[in-house]
Amino acid sequence: MSFLTDVSSEAVTAILPLYVTAALGLSVVAYGVVDGLVQGAGALVRVAGGWAADRTDRPKWVAAVGYGLSALTRVGLLFAAGLPAIASLVVTDRVGKGIRTAPRDALIAASANPRNLGRSFGVHRALDTAGAALGPLLAFIVLWAIPDGYTTVFVISLGAAVLGVGALVLLVPDLRPRQAAWLKTHRTRETRGLPKCKGCTCDAPGGLELAGRPFSWSFLRGGATVRLLVVAGLLGLLTVGDGFVYLALQDRDGFATQWFPLLYVGTNAVYMLLAVPVGRFADRVGRGRVLVWGHLLLAAAYACAAAPFAGATTTVVALVLLGAFYAATDGVLSALTSALVPAAVRGTAIGTAQTVTAVARMVASAGFGVLWYATGRTDALWIATAALVIALPVCAFLLRKSPA
Amino acid sequence: MSPHATRWTGFGLLTAVVLAGTGWYVTTEVVRAQADQAAPSQVEVADDVLDGPHVLFRGTEPGELYGRVSAVALDDLAGPREVTPAVCDRVDTDGETTVCLHTKRGVVTSYAAEVLDDAWQTTASWPLPGIPSRTRLSPEGLVATTSFVTGHSYAATGFSTETTVHRADGSDVSGNLEDFTLLVDGERIAPVDRNVWGVTFADETTFYATVQSQSLGRTWLARGDLDERTLVTLLDGVECPSLSPDGTRLAFKHDAREPGAATPHWTPAVLDLDTMETTVLDGEERNVDDQIAWLDDATLLYGLPRADEPGTTDVWALPADGATAPVVAIPQAWSPSVVRG
Repeated sequence: MSFLTDVSSEAVTAILPLYVTAALGLSVVAYGVVDGLVQGAGALVRVAGGWAADRTDRPKWVAAVGYGLSALTRVGLLFAAGLPAIASLVVTDRVGKGIRTAPRDALIAASANPRNLGRSFGVHRALDTAGAALGPLLAFIVLWAIPDGYTTVFVISLGAAVLGVGALVLLVPDLRPRQAAWLKTHRTRETRGLPKCKGCTCDAPGGLELAGRPFSWSFLRGGATVRLLVVAGLLGLLTVGDGFVYLALQDRDGFATQWFPLLYVGTNAVYMLLAVPVGRFADRVGRGRVLVWGHLLLAAAYACAAAPFAGATTTVVALVLLGAFYAATDGVLSALTSALVPAAVRGTAIGTAQTVTAVARMVASAGFGVLWYATGRTDALWIATAALVIALPVCAFLLRKSPA
Repeated sequence: MSPHATRWTGFGLLTAVVLAGTGWYVTTEVVRAQADQAAPSQVEVADDVLDGPHVLFRGTEPGELYGRVSAVALDDLAGPREVTPAVCDRVDTDGETTVCLHTKRGVVTSYAAEVLDDAWQTTASWPLPGIPSRTRLSPEGLVATTSFVTGHSYAATGFSTETTVHRADGSDVSGNLEDFTLLVDGERIAPVDRNVWGVTFADETTFYATVQSQSLGRTWLARGDLDERTLVTLLDGVECPSLSPDGTRLAFKHDAREPGAATPHWTPAVLDLDTMETTVLDGEERNVDDQIAWLDDATLLYGLPRADEPGTTDVWALPADGATAPVVAIPQAWSPSVVRG
């Protein structure tokens, strides 16, 4: 279902600039407004989505609201004409994405075997990214066959989104992590011949609903979780965004200019191929370790973009490194967070970790922009590389005692 | 049936309905698009227009001539048009050399700038990193192009443009203009997210362009110097300048949004370069989002999309003093470029 939804959203993302400028006749800056909204709207809703999932103990239905919201925006796109309409649809879509991410990851965590968490998230991210790569390709094929076929792309996108929501609602089990955790402990007591809970008889109707351990922000006081959030924030601050790597490659390299629109499809392809194997690897050697040392790949990608030799080889190597970096960090972060915190607060914790990363990366991009213009492209990239290489052992040290 | 099987059956049905519906829509659209492209365009065609003074533009009449570069006589803008073999998203011409920005559609869509001679043969071309946005020729044939840098959906930089100046033989003169030294009120600054777009040439070294930083919330009119590699800001709130034929005024679009409105509303305006006084032409009430061209020293031209016909645009004319309301100058046209002969 993530696959379908990503086909849907990336098909639209890929042609939106073309649609806004070519079909609606608006300018560069109009598109800039839309794009800025895309970037900003999603990050903060994530914690809220996770919290709602934990609070209600119904991650599936919170996720369904998020997916549904995004599917509705596809209907809107069929009729939207002006910039304000498009801008509000884009924001709604991103809010939907923000709402669904954390509960969806909580669902994955709840249905996975704890020992294979990394692999389970890897499978999810691989499918998700396959959708993200297929979407733009599909969109460009449609525009090739039908030069003014923007509406056709929106119709296909709507179809994929409806199927995505359908798959979630119909096929995904309605897991209730908090209730399951409660039942697990108390069934164990029962098999040992003890009353279901200490000093009480809670077989009263509705007892199960209330007896699950309630949501509480106290997970934030747990040392390991805080250390994870600090590490996620620190690494996020040193992650300047692949957009800059692409821009650096394009600045240096004729090859990259020609294929610029495809650079991120290349990155996604690598990410897709590596997500599962790297997830399994993380399960074996420790997810914290993979998360931290995965950033070494990012440092290598920066070095590659900064290196003084232009050409197809360095561009391709940089893309492979970026894809591998995403494989080693994105799903692994959720797996690591899920393993660290109790089931009752998983959604919120995942949402928090992702928001910390996203906000830190936004700050990083702004800072890197300053650096880029102050010192030039090459030096800025070398400085980012050096900072990462220095920070990695520190982060590894902070996470060393993590149980996961 | 077990609930499990019911759910799978439900999902199977849903898939079948969605696939059938989408498939039907895509098929009819493909058939329609092929019919449209093959259908003769309903315009009057002539073959002697390019010899005299004319306006060159991208034709947007539906049918087989859609997107083809066409020309109408300067004294009969709504009259018959001569259609060239070139297909472009944006054009500019000096009557002999023509620059054409175009989208090469395909499984992998790419974009290029091409320089065409008077027989419409390509003499030079170079790739663009994204969707074509603006292009202008200098009097001696320098080529300025602006395109979007696209394709990185999770770049956190907002949007990015690339504006460059090439010689007509395809050699790069400027690199990306955002690398030029930027002087705001005499002070050198380097905002994180600056973008430069919409060049208009005064001569072979001097040009005007828009410089913007979203983080600073500023959009400047800047005068650029290709030899010194500088951009010096002159005024705030100017987008896509265009120099009048006599060189005394700049037409541009000006953000006239209501206070508090989230999206800009662009209204044409004219700046007198001697007095630095701006006249806002609010006889045009629609949102004009184009680089304005000058028909002559008294009249502005710009493209506007038709609200009810996606893909079709008209070129409108507005007196440069705002005395009267705009009228359609060239129906079914885009990206006008005037050859006064």
